[in-house]
Amino acid sequence: MPDHYDIAVVGAGPAGGNATLAAAQSGARVILIDEQPKAGGQVWRSKSASILSSPATPEGVAGDTLRASLADGSITHLPNTRVWDIRRQDDVWSLQVLQDETATQITARALILATGAREYVQPVRGWTTPGVIGLAGATALFKQSLTLPGNKTVVSGTGPLVFYVASEIRRLGGTVAAVVTPNTRADWARAMPAMIGQPKLMARGAIWITDLMLAKVPILWGHAISEVSGADRVTGVQTHRLRDNTLGPSYSADSLCLGHGLIPNIEAAQMLGVAIRHDPTLGGWVADADPDGATTVKDLYLCGDGCGIRGAAAAGLQGILAGTRAANDIAGKPTTASTRKWMRAARFGKAMTALSIPKPKLEALTTNDTILCRCESMTCSDISAEIDRGATSTTSVKSGQRAGMGPCGGKYCQTAIAALIAQQTGKPLADVPPPAPRPPLRPVPLGQVAGDFDYDDLPIPKPAPL
Amino acid sequence: MIRLVPNHAALIERSKQVSFTFDGTPVTGHAGESLAAALLRAGHLKLRDAPNDAAPRGAFCCMGLCQECAVVINGQVVEACRTDVSAELAVGRV
Repeated sequence: MPDHYDIAVVGAGPAGGNATLAAAQSGARVILIDEQPKAGGQVWRSKSASILSSPATPEGVAGDTLRASLADGSITHLPNTRVWDIRRQDDVWSLQVLQDETATQITARALILATGAREYVQPVRGWTTPGVIGLAGATALFKQSLTLPGNKTVVSGTGPLVFYVASEIRRLGGTVAAVVTPNTRADWARAMPAMIGQPKLMARGAIWITDLMLAKVPILWGHAISEVSGADRVTGVQTHRLRDNTLGPSYSADSLCLGHGLIPNIEAAQMLGVAIRHDPTLGGWVADADPDGATTVKDLYLCGDGCGIRGAAAAGLQGILAGTRAANDIAGKPTTASTRKWMRAARFGKAMTALSIPKPKLEALTTNDTILCRCESMTCSDISAEIDRGATSTTSVKSGQRAGMGPCGGKYCQTAIAALIAQQTGKPLADVPPPAPRPPLRPVPLGQVAGDFDYDDLPIPKPAPL
Repeated sequence: MIRLVPNHAALIERSKQVSFTFDGTPVTGHAGESLAAALLRAGHLKLRDAPNDAAPRGAFCCMGLCQECAVVINGQVVEACRTDVSAELAVGRV
């Protein structure tokens, strides 16, 4: 029998976790569904059972606080659970979920999507070599397993994450060969006014950078990685100076952490009919929602990075707003919450997003022979040829070349493909939307969806009258 | 040398080591840690060959999205980054 709730929340990061708490406090019966073993999302990801004790970190403390609050008996939390389809029937949301290996259905009156973000990595030659991991991927390794990416690591990418990752490598006893960031010191100076409102975060960033300088780790501002060398594993990287498009120093290393900002996970919202718009200042394509999470779709709310990259602090505050709004709407009560705190936190988050957005000069490092679609091993020129043949939308590239149809579902190639289409056709990026998402929203082994069934139990429709 | 970011490596206490196999080779890891982390630490970076050009691939997104760390356990394709290490685990290549 399907379980019925007042509100279902998808995603247990700062946004979804806080939305769940706020909705439950307002009296709603809430279920929180999340694909990780414990709540916290990516930013507050919990340690695995292999870590018996370790020094506290700000992310760990914030995550533990959220996890302790969620352990309150009134909340149902489904960990290790993936939502692979969502439908609306008779004013009720019906979610198809897969917990471990069991397929079930959950129904709810209102749905809050807090699907967070994924990482964008600008493809360069050799980025598919084992030993190259995402910058955000590296943080998952640190937080969950306290494991280093390798013995000697080059850390490269945009925004504050590059310094956080380099600093965590040093904290866990590893060696940083170099920090390579496309941002210039002038880019950071421009972000200062928005950062002053968050002095604690600013001070943390200053410690990361000063420590790297004291350790004499080379920091290359205005540089990017243009090529990764190594066959079965990374052996080194070549850097490129972006200002004048010349070669920079090369480094030997056994690992590379590479990332260029976050992209909102909009697929579920888009599939349910929420309008999407292109806003580079929020990480690209975002699903439209009010500050309190309300959308144009009845009983559907969004919060956190999934409706624009504004960072963890803003995500948590928007979660509270969305959870309260959803619970009040169900109870027929008006909502009068102030969005001022959220707006202040969002200002800092947006400044960090502005630093993280890939620049056109970075895109030029994706050469014709660079693999763009990892799943199908398709190069930039393969996709470029398809665009020349008239495929001028991400959907037509997908059907013509299968780029975006592999196991990742296009999550790691769509942005680069859209940029290539825009560049080649002269269309603005805002006219190259991602393809319409279809279930499964997450990879699902077919045997698990079908489940155990008896052929005799299958409903057979009556023959239509002639 | 002055360090503003202290080295915490010696302060981390991990669960007991267990052994499992990857592609028939014995590997040790800590019980309960992610399989992707254990394989990485053991030097098994290449986990599979890409389908179309047979190029080597390994863990990439580390958060269950990219499917690059796909391995086989009990006949099922699973993501190494979303699988816990346990004793006697027999992990195969896709």
